[in-house]
Amino acid sequence: MKAITANALQDGAVVYLGDDDQWTPHLSSAARFEDGDAKDVLAAACSRIEEITEAYLISVDDSGAIIGRETIRETIRKGGPTVRLDLGLQAESCG
Amino acid sequence: MYRYDEFDATMVAERAAQFRGQVARRLSGELSEDEFKPLRLMNGLYLQLHAYMLRVAIPYGTFSSRQMRRLAHAARKYDKGYGHFTTRQNIQYNWPALVDVPDLLDDLAEVEMHAIQTSGNCIRNVTSDQYAGAAADEVEDPRPWCEIIRQWSTFHPEFSFLPRKFKIAVTASDNDRAAVRVHDIGLRLHKNEAGETGFEVIVGGGLGRTPYVGHTIRDFLPKEHLLSYLEAVLRVYNLEGRRDNMYKARIKILVNAEGADHFREMVEEEWAQVNQPGIDLPREEVDRIHDYFEAPAFETLPANSTTLEERRATNREFARWLRVNTVAHKAPGYAIVNISLKPIGGIPGDISDTQMEAVADLAEQFSFDEIRATHEQNLVLPHIRKDDLYGVWAALKAAGLATANIGLVSDIIACPGLDYCTLANTRSIPIAQRISERLADLDEQEALGELKVKISGCINACGHHHVGHIGILGVDKKGEEFYQVTLGGSAAEDASIGEIVGRGLSSGDVVDAVEKLVEFYKKERKDGERFLDVYRRLGADPFKEALYEAA
Ligand code: HEM
Ligand code: SF4
Repeated sequence: MKAITANALQDGAVVYLGDDDQWTPHLSSAARFEDGDAKDVLAAACSRIEEITEAYLISVDDSGAIIGRETIRETIRKGGPTVRLDLGLQAESCG
Repeated sequence: MYRYDEFDATMVAERAAQFRGQVARRLSGELSEDEFKPLRLMNGLYLQLHAYMLRVAIPYGTFSSRQMRRLAHAARKYDKGYGHFTTRQNIQYNWPALVDVPDLLDDLAEVEMHAIQTSGNCIRNVTSDQYAGAAADEVEDPRPWCEIIRQWSTFHPEFSFLPRKFKIAVTASDNDRAAVRVHDIGLRLHKNEAGETGFEVIVGGGLGRTPYVGHTIRDFLPKEHLLSYLEAVLRVYNLEGRRDNMYKARIKILVNAEGADHFREMVEEEWAQVNQPGIDLPREEVDRIHDYFEAPAFETLPANSTTLEERRATNREFARWLRVNTVAHKAPGYAIVNISLKPIGGIPGDISDTQMEAVADLAEQFSFDEIRATHEQNLVLPHIRKDDLYGVWAALKAAGLATANIGLVSDIIACPGLDYCTLANTRSIPIAQRISERLADLDEQEALGELKVKISGCINACGHHHVGHIGILGVDKKGEEFYQVTLGGSAAEDASIGEIVGRGLSSGDVVDAVEKLVEFYKKERKDGERFLDVYRRLGADPFKEALYEAA
């Protein structure tokens, strides 16, 4: 399955397209699409140029976990730099 | 130090105002990302994994305490409290919001700083020896020539859209600290038999996908002809360089395709035709720029300081720092101080806002207000009285900036890699951290001597791995991080490109590999031989064996 990710235009933060069609920083709230449908949804997302930039598809499994050859990259994007655990979303979640 | 004239100030202010308008139009959706991207790149603004990244220029690495304080302010106000010094004497901010960048640029413009010439296919920020104007071994201060190149190249209409980016470095010492042989153009100021100074002109060096050591196309160019000669080189490149293929567009490809001799002829022919008197600066203008770089008012001091010697004799840690991190100054009674941004296990090149302020305070009080950024991601206080060294060391130590490892195995260059960079195959910083922790013992490091480890997270080679004595390149193997080791590179006067030794290693194995290489070197070295010397004497094979035996 696929999810759609991008960087928010205003601050560059990593976001995902959510079930409510809004952008969310949490991959866990991201909408999942069948591989066949994903392209059209992505095209629509890309046109939202006042909100985001550089939208693309990532591979996720049924539970929404990142899979595939970009796993390390997408995991780092999701959480923050592995060398600064005090920064990025990871800083909030591990409290 | 160079101070902006009215022209510079207006230019920077206008550019910031123009970019403010462009950002506003992007935010309103009037500009698409495709339209905006080239504009933001012309202003040093990239998009990384987690956020935007702004690259701020520190022309030829020289800046003041006021500027450093402003960099600290920007780190605090617009970023997350730190900045990252790069291998091109720039500083990068990793987290600024697009909406804040216009304000950030205005704040910088107030202290004569900007992000011009930090990206795009123009002539980039000229880089130089971090000890310029202070080093005992230089023939003269190279920075006036850097400034002359800066003024000539900034917004040069003919050279703003070159086939590819273009990097120029200048040194004035036989000990090359500016890596001039691996730049698009490297310039080395030296004396001829008549005692005049002029430039050796080296062309076509570079790293990246196809690394080359540059070729000398002129042994001695009289200084007054610098700009017209550079113009001739750039024109040949602009005309003949390959615009059809990004990977073949750098001047190094052209020089190596034509052969250095033919390229030289092409340049000489062009040079004969360019309007030399119209391009070369008149004498008065050259003198005027030199005046900005007049040496500070050094006191007349004895060569040695007794207070320093007392401290040296009684404090082992201080004595080590003196040996490793300070360098001979041209003025008696002074020393050059290196500030390592490579604490053991730390992130190479990173510095916090408060550390920046600590450095600014020291520079203001003890170093004629001057700071330098180095291409090895460290800082320098260029003019410290020997009497003041102990106090400076104590203050640096209190700020966490006194690691005595300059030029040693833990003084590692590492690019941001996959922790920040969108182009990365692998992470770089964690490898640097683990090598530094594994070989942490400073006695041991000092005993190993000069050993340059350089790490890049992809073939773009921002971490200069090709010219590391030990180079490490991150490669992607089906979604796993692997690392290829190269040996025998050098960015100094004995420049060479490292050779790949065998298959890629996992992140754990590559740290072991460095340790094995170091052990092998220790076993084989003869008096005074550096790692690089042993490698050059023995060749790759025994090192390969040591690396892969029972791996
Ligand atoms: C994270 C954002 C960065 C991006 C997207 C980036 C991108 C690139 C690219 C695409 C190249 C190759 C260009 C070519 O061969 O023409 C390059 C080269 C280079 N980069 Fe970066 N870079 C980044 C950060 C850095 C940093 C932090 C440093 C310093 C530590 C650095 C230093 C260099 C150097 C020295 C080269 C030149 C290598 C050569 O001589 O060809 N870059 N960069
Ligand atoms: S070498 Fe590659 S991974 Fe490292 S900063 Fe440059 S482009 Fe990014």
